[in-house]
Amino acid sequence: MSLFVQQIFNGLKVGSVYALVALGYTMVYGIIRLINFAHGDFIMVGAYTLCYTIPLMVNAGMPAWMAVVLGIVVCVIVGVVVELLAYRPVRKKGTNMTALITAISMSLFLQNTAQSLFGSAPKPITTIFDLEPINIAGVSIAGETLVTILIGFAVMITLTVVVNKTKIGRSMRAVSQDRQAAILTGVNVNRTITLTFAIGAALAALAALMYCANYPAASPTMGGMLGLKAFVAAVLGGIGIIPGAMLGGILVGLVESLSKAYSAVLTGGIITSAFSDAVVFMILIFVLLIRPAGILGKNEREKV
Amino acid sequence: MFSKLSSKVNFIAVTLLFLILVVLRETGIFNNYVMGILMLACISIIMTASLNVATGYLGQLVIGHAGFMAIGAYTAALITKAFANADILNGSGIENFFRFIIAIIAGGILAAIFGVLVGAPTLRLKGDYLAIATLGFGEIIRVIIQNLKICGGKGLAQGSAGQALIGINRLADFYVVYWITVLSLAFLFCFARSRYGRVLKAIREDEIAATAVGIKTTRYKILAFSMSAFFAGLAGGIFAHYLGTLAPGTFDFNKSIEYVIMGVFGGMSSFSGSVIAGTVLTVLPEALRSFADYRMLAYSVALILVMIYRPQGLFGSYEFSLTEQLDKYFDFTNKVQARKEKKAAEKKAGKAAAGEGGEK
Repeated sequence: MSLFVQQIFNGLKVGSVYALVALGYTMVYGIIRLINFAHGDFIMVGAYTLCYTIPLMVNAGMPAWMAVVLGIVVCVIVGVVVELLAYRPVRKKGTNMTALITAISMSLFLQNTAQSLFGSAPKPITTIFDLEPINIAGVSIAGETLVTILIGFAVMITLTVVVNKTKIGRSMRAVSQDRQAAILTGVNVNRTITLTFAIGAALAALAALMYCANYPAASPTMGGMLGLKAFVAAVLGGIGIIPGAMLGGILVGLVESLSKAYSAVLTGGIITSAFSDAVVFMILIFVLLIRPAGILGKNEREKV
Repeated sequence: MFSKLSSKVNFIAVTLLFLILVVLRETGIFNNYVMGILMLACISIIMTASLNVATGYLGQLVIGHAGFMAIGAYTAALITKAFANADILNGSGIENFFRFIIAIIAGGILAAIFGVLVGAPTLRLKGDYLAIATLGFGEIIRVIIQNLKICGGKGLAQGSAGQALIGINRLADFYVVYWITVLSLAFLFCFARSRYGRVLKAIREDEIAATAVGIKTTRYKILAFSMSAFFAGLAGGIFAHYLGTLAPGTFDFNKSIEYVIMGVFGGMSSFSGSVIAGTVLTVLPEALRSFADYRMLAYSVALILVMIYRPQGLFGSYEFSLTEQLDKYFDFTNKVQARKEKKAAEKKAGKAAAGEGGEK
């Protein structure tokens, strides 16, 4: 039983990291229908920034997690530059597919830039939070786990409020519903989109902090699998829907940690823990087949 | 088969290119290293052209193509291994040739079957969702292969999971692979230009309108998808028999992306583009070995620039036609036509003369 609870918390922890990343995907997809493949690599940028700024913060006598402020600044700059230099010109001319391929190339570009700057070996990151483990139901839970889960929920609630209650949120929703109509009502579409990218990138920096708190290393390709799974999470929950990203993230995290722990026992060793990646993708396809727009997504009928 | 003039011209051109390559190889100007790169270029061309059918003509972005390649590669490798163990067609020369052909076709067929299995449920999805579903399937296939006992180590009964499959007979001979590539391209080109190809284009342009004129869209989508998977499997089989070893991590997301990049670079619905992009993007990295670290960097920048300034790819949907070029510079078709008519006239005249002779 205690193993089970441990696994649940493990899943929640991983899931919260996925959720933070998935929120970034969802924000961007919701507004311009673009799968920002480079989002995983924004996290990598954030992680490398942390790698260099944490020692600075510690030397200056500040808590290590304050480094995330610089991380957010760097990520936002990278995100906005990417949007201005690559995505915006492509969006003007190209189709959905060209935009998607631009995003994929941007991801390759960031990965390879990091590789030529920092080398391909992972760089260790010093401890971010120095927290005591907490006992719940006879299971000791690492402090990082709880912080990760709490931050995940806090970010989700903040984003929901921003999108639903503020002026900028309203213009975001307007752009996502009908770009032409939004222009007519005086919304500065390009600025809204750039701002969305900035928010997404800031979320990536936050996700980098939480990821590195749990797995303290930065490598050029760290964003790849993390980004893919987080994207799966976003699609599972219903992409473009903020609570959906959270739900999907937690779900993917739970599925992953539980399938790692129990699949071998349940299937008599046929499906081993090495299959956990495949299990995540299988669930994605299964959900897409039943609910093509994700769990919380609304099915829109195409009109002729 | 060669009823049209352009088919004859193309056949002669392809044969000439082949003969040039034969001479270059036999005289040793192109060593084994160069021939190996050309072989990889052939594999890239088949992969890119097959992707063209699904992505260019059908208009569905597929980013799990490496999964089908993996199925073909492992199937073909295991079949040649099984044949070798059972000592069937295990000689040299012609026997090896048949073993190779049987193995890669079997690999292609299995990939096509998986294409149907994957396509039937997922092709109902649209756009980005379909892309993600194919990505998912690619990853699932890779993870499953990684964990199958028969697909690792020495393979078959002596296999062990999670390791590279070693000791595959290196049966891929450049001359054979060259003609397989030519045949595949010819087939795919004809397919795309046929009634079926036009149906696919109709679905790409407007699925609802296509349904409205009575096209069974799902059936055609699955057909195109599995056809695409077949040729990916074929290319995978060649790949396996060229390398001699198969590492489980080879066929990952990045491999799929590599071919998507080639396809986009060349122009998504142009087979000429596939040939040029497949060759250039395979040969160029080898030529730039010394810049290996910055290779992918240059790639990604080039790709973004292509997307910004030429979103339809270098060729777009333009197909290079040798006959057209000949016409442009030499007025080729008309000359041939004139010669034909002249000959026919001569024949007629000859016959008439003979007839007259008979009358006398």
